[in-house]
Amino acid sequence: MFRFIFRRLVQVIPVLFIIITATFFMVRFVPGGPFTAEKAIPPEILRNIEAHYGLDQPLGRQYLNYLGKIAHGDLGPSFKYSNRSVNEIIADKLPVSLELGALSLACALSVGLTLGVLAAVRRNSGLDYLASSLGMLGICVPTFVLGPLLVLFFAIHLGWVNASGWYTAADRVLPALTLGLVYAAYIMRLTRAGMLEVLHQDYIRTARAKGASEFRIITRHALRGGLLPVVSFLGPATAGILTGSFIIETIFQIPGLGREFVNSAFNRDYTLVLGTVMLYAGLIVVLNLATDVVQVWLNPKLKFA
Amino acid sequence: MIPLSPPSAIRPPLTEARSSLWRDAWHRLKKNRLAVIGGALLAGLTILCIAGPWFLRMSYQEQDLDLGAAAPSAAHWFGTDTLGRDLFVRLLYGGRISLGVGLCATFVALTIGVIYGAIAGYLGGKIDATMMRLVDIIYALPFTIFVILLMVFLGRNIILLFVAIGAVEWLTMARIVRSQIMALKKMEFIEAARSLGLSNTRIIFRHLLPNALGPIIVYTTLTIPAVMLLEAFLSFLGLGVQPPMSSWGTLIKDGAEKMEEFPWLLIFPGSIFSLTLFSLNFLGDGLRDALDVRGAQD
Repeated sequence: MFRFIFRRLVQVIPVLFIIITATFFMVRFVPGGPFTAEKAIPPEILRNIEAHYGLDQPLGRQYLNYLGKIAHGDLGPSFKYSNRSVNEIIADKLPVSLELGALSLACALSVGLTLGVLAAVRRNSGLDYLASSLGMLGICVPTFVLGPLLVLFFAIHLGWVNASGWYTAADRVLPALTLGLVYAAYIMRLTRAGMLEVLHQDYIRTARAKGASEFRIITRHALRGGLLPVVSFLGPATAGILTGSFIIETIFQIPGLGREFVNSAFNRDYTLVLGTVMLYAGLIVVLNLATDVVQVWLNPKLKFA
Repeated sequence: MIPLSPPSAIRPPLTEARSSLWRDAWHRLKKNRLAVIGGALLAGLTILCIAGPWFLRMSYQEQDLDLGAAAPSAAHWFGTDTLGRDLFVRLLYGGRISLGVGLCATFVALTIGVIYGAIAGYLGGKIDATMMRLVDIIYALPFTIFVILLMVFLGRNIILLFVAIGAVEWLTMARIVRSQIMALKKMEFIEAARSLGLSNTRIIFRHLLPNALGPIIVYTTLTIPAVMLLEAFLSFLGLGVQPPMSSWGTLIKDGAEKMEEFPWLLIFPGSIFSLTLFSLNFLGDGLRDALDVRGAQD
């Protein structure tokens, strides 16, 4: 197993290199630049600014400079937030997104897995219909509707929590619920589907025949195969949750990283785009590796290859 | 357990076997009342959105500023928005975009994702590793930049939506299919199929994929709403459809902002959207059961 993980971790380097290179040239290909403003800057000043950031050099030169910098862990200065480095911005905003993401994920997993397993085990019962309808509802109601609805009810009518902001522990509740419930719906649907595939297979019948308790059959035997679709979904989904959501952060005024992903692209803040992309790419690669390891661990017939 | 095909010498012609699989499935589907209702509703909504606007006197951009946001009435069945545009008409036009993007982009994502994932999972080894690293790379490339670039090349074009959304939505499908195939290919009936000398293509498409249909269909019914909402997000960023043109996603988004004063602006688009998704879901569940090669044991 450790050889497998080690080999995959070695692959991370070329993958990240390709992503960085592709992103670097993609952002430069987009018309406009970080200093293109509504009010035009006098050309002499623009030249000065560009020289300051090294943007006046040939593109290949800039690319090599950038690679040299990130090899030392320096993501460069932000072009939009003057006097702030990309490292500072990420260090500032990532913890917020990580906290919100972890809370949402906990909410999504506990609600989604429980309902999904119950719905599959009691298939076509009232419980299944209730859980499945709740799951469908979670998919039909997008975050930009669920968020304002929760705010209207819990913050404005009941006054239990603040409508927005990120100061007290209570401020965490509504955003985490909004983000978590949507993912819970996905996890519920996938868990139910995966469990249904597994529940009528021969080895479950064998387990039942040898007299294992229903609880043991579900937790020790069925879940191993039934969780496969959820696990493959969770890799990229977790990376998305942990790096923040543009919509949630906008609704609840949360100083997280999700908005930077979108805004940096619109601001042509080249270094911030690259910094956030690298972070996301690292998470994707590591989490997809983790899900592959979990898959082998769940299924004794698979081997690390 | 899947019924094994007999050796090729005594096997009936392939076309016959296939048509009976689909004919059986069709018979089973017709007996599933929820699936039939879902399919009929979906077909009805689609026809209404395509043909409806031809018979309307109002256009989606016609404004009546004096009227403003009016509650539903005989003249305007679903009410009007703040600019006095008829919501029913905008919903029909929006349905063309949303159903079009939702169904087409999902179909593209489904085809690419299933084939890609099945090949990677079945072949394994170095090929699988290379294919999945490519998936990792596409996941990580910045989506917003990609869409802006597309807009530069294609202009503000509805095709842009299909390309942009199709390009990202197949990735998770590929991962899900791959994991299912990897687990299934270790099972006895695949070893049997292989020892009978069946070709890889036949094993993948006739023996492996039918057994992975459950998660595939469920994830497809999850992808369609995700695609429709992604369209709303792109439009919100100014990269998708622009007013006065509408889509269900943008109408819901606008409605959510005014839900306290003018609730019908959220209720009607939200209901149509949910109705479509519920229908799709019932149809999907019915299809899954109808195509269940292991038979209806429960």
